[in-house]
Amino acid sequence: MKKTLKGKCVVPGKCEGEVIVTSQSVSFWGGVDPGTGRVNDPRHELFGESISGKVLAFPFGKGSSTGSLIMLELVRTGRAPAGMVTIRIEPILAAGPIVSKYFYGKEVPMITLGEDEFSMLKTGQYAVVNATEGCVVINGTKIQKNDLPRRG
Amino acid sequence: MHLTDQEKEILDGKHGEAARISLSVLVDLGELFQAEAMTDISQVHIDTTIYMVDAGVEFAEHMAELGARFAVPASLNPSAIDLRRWREYRTPPDLLENSRRLEAAYLKMGATPTWTCAPYQQGMIPRFGEDIAWGESNAIAFANSIIGARTNRCADLMDICAAIVGKVPRFGLHLEENRKAEMLIQLEDITPEMLADKAVYPLLGFLTGEMAGDRIAALKGIPRNTDTDALKAFSAAAASSGAVGLFHLIGVTPEARTLEMCFQGETPGVVLEMTRKAVRYARERLSTAQGDAADVVVLGCPHFSFPELRYLARLMEGKSVHSNVVFWAFTSRAALGWARNSGILKALENSGVMLFTDGCPLQYPSEAWNFHTAMTDSAKFANYCYSQTGLEVTLGSIEECADTAVRGKICRRDLL
Repeated sequence: MKKTLKGKCVVPGKCEGEVIVTSQSVSFWGGVDPGTGRVNDPRHELFGESISGKVLAFPFGKGSSTGSLIMLELVRTGRAPAGMVTIRIEPILAAGPIVSKYFYGKEVPMITLGEDEFSMLKTGQYAVVNATEGCVVINGTKIQKNDLPRRG
Repeated sequence: MHLTDQEKEILDGKHGEAARISLSVLVDLGELFQAEAMTDISQVHIDTTIYMVDAGVEFAEHMAELGARFAVPASLNPSAIDLRRWREYRTPPDLLENSRRLEAAYLKMGATPTWTCAPYQQGMIPRFGEDIAWGESNAIAFANSIIGARTNRCADLMDICAAIVGKVPRFGLHLEENRKAEMLIQLEDITPEMLADKAVYPLLGFLTGEMAGDRIAALKGIPRNTDTDALKAFSAAAASSGAVGLFHLIGVTPEARTLEMCFQGETPGVVLEMTRKAVRYARERLSTAQGDAADVVVLGCPHFSFPELRYLARLMEGKSVHSNVVFWAFTSRAALGWARNSGILKALENSGVMLFTDGCPLQYPSEAWNFHTAMTDSAKFANYCYSQTGLEVTLGSIEECADTAVRGKICRRDLL
């Protein structure tokens, strides 16, 4: 069963991938290892999880202004999330994908959802993020990791 | 977004490719945050200064090679290393080379080589109400909250863009209506005696950041004459535990002489209490180490001021650092100059304290130093310590840090 969640475009583009969702805020600097794309803050509930190639959903950003640089590096090395879904945005979070677009010509689509729509997202779902059109399409059921289509 | 003719020319590439890229990024951000126009800024503090990842070097070098020259004065946040005493810092060759590449790119674009995360304590101090573009979360929080200058939480890379064109989109904290407090935090059972202890301020800041998240908090009960270095520690801690660009300390900060002022005449909708128990518990939560070992004692996150160095010298008078421990203090080149001129540098070195400038202890060359545990007086350092350095950490006061360094094992007392 598919469901379409309406939201607001932050950084245009379209992507798809496995959803990884957290109710905790995320700091890319001090929170995500740019060398592996894994969450490396031991206090974070996603500690040890990879965000690379996934649709990363978190309520809002926090912490150091270096977050955007870590995002640019994740983009440079191909370890960035496929896209990002948040409830609120702030410039540090948006700057990474925006600079990536002008400097490396690569897109990390980003969208905000209302709290109710955001709460529909579950880790392990498969989602298509169409930030340009302002929507996220999710599968109603969780998928197994092995069922994921290979990313080109 | 309304753009001037000159800004349109920049976007058309008539002022060079670096300016075109820079303004494109800033205009996209402005459109996203519904800015009506760009605003001129008087200075920039660039945070993209630590060699951490290759993307940062590629960006700075590419902009410099494109002929970019900073349109406004730009100060620099710390490098990854002490650029002058890199041997003593046991800097690996590749880190030295990448740090030098960043240094060369920024100096080519016209930056001031401040290399400090506390630029507000020497030389590049903005004025009340001035529009600036600052990176470095502790400096942003300090500039907005303690000085009352106006900056958004300027992201890495965006800071370089802002320095190149001398402008930022006018949104967020550049607008007075967005600087209104959104919640009130009251100090429930935190006594004046506790508030006289400087070691409490990083904990108050840490809790404020947690309680605020990405909202603007007003805190009631901080004494008017609180020491600037305590406010620095508060700012750094708050900006490490929350997305905090601005907070109000009622009666302390210029926009918050009174509660009415910082709520812009409205009644606080959300009122939270901060308790003594929460403060004590925060210190335990920020300490991850078990046992009483500390391989390195780290002070100067953010960089120590001259008064802090002087106080440290007093604590270390007639004592020396234990052979089990490395004792580091990080400061700015400006404060180091005063320490040298006053004899304090020599005294600290004689007692075994290693003083570094330019660098950031959260990015120290970990393979060259065989550390497992750290002790610090900084809640920011403690908060990021494990994820950035892999070290277990104990948080204490500066006095406890000095004791620990002298005795070679963790010395910590209970908070009041």
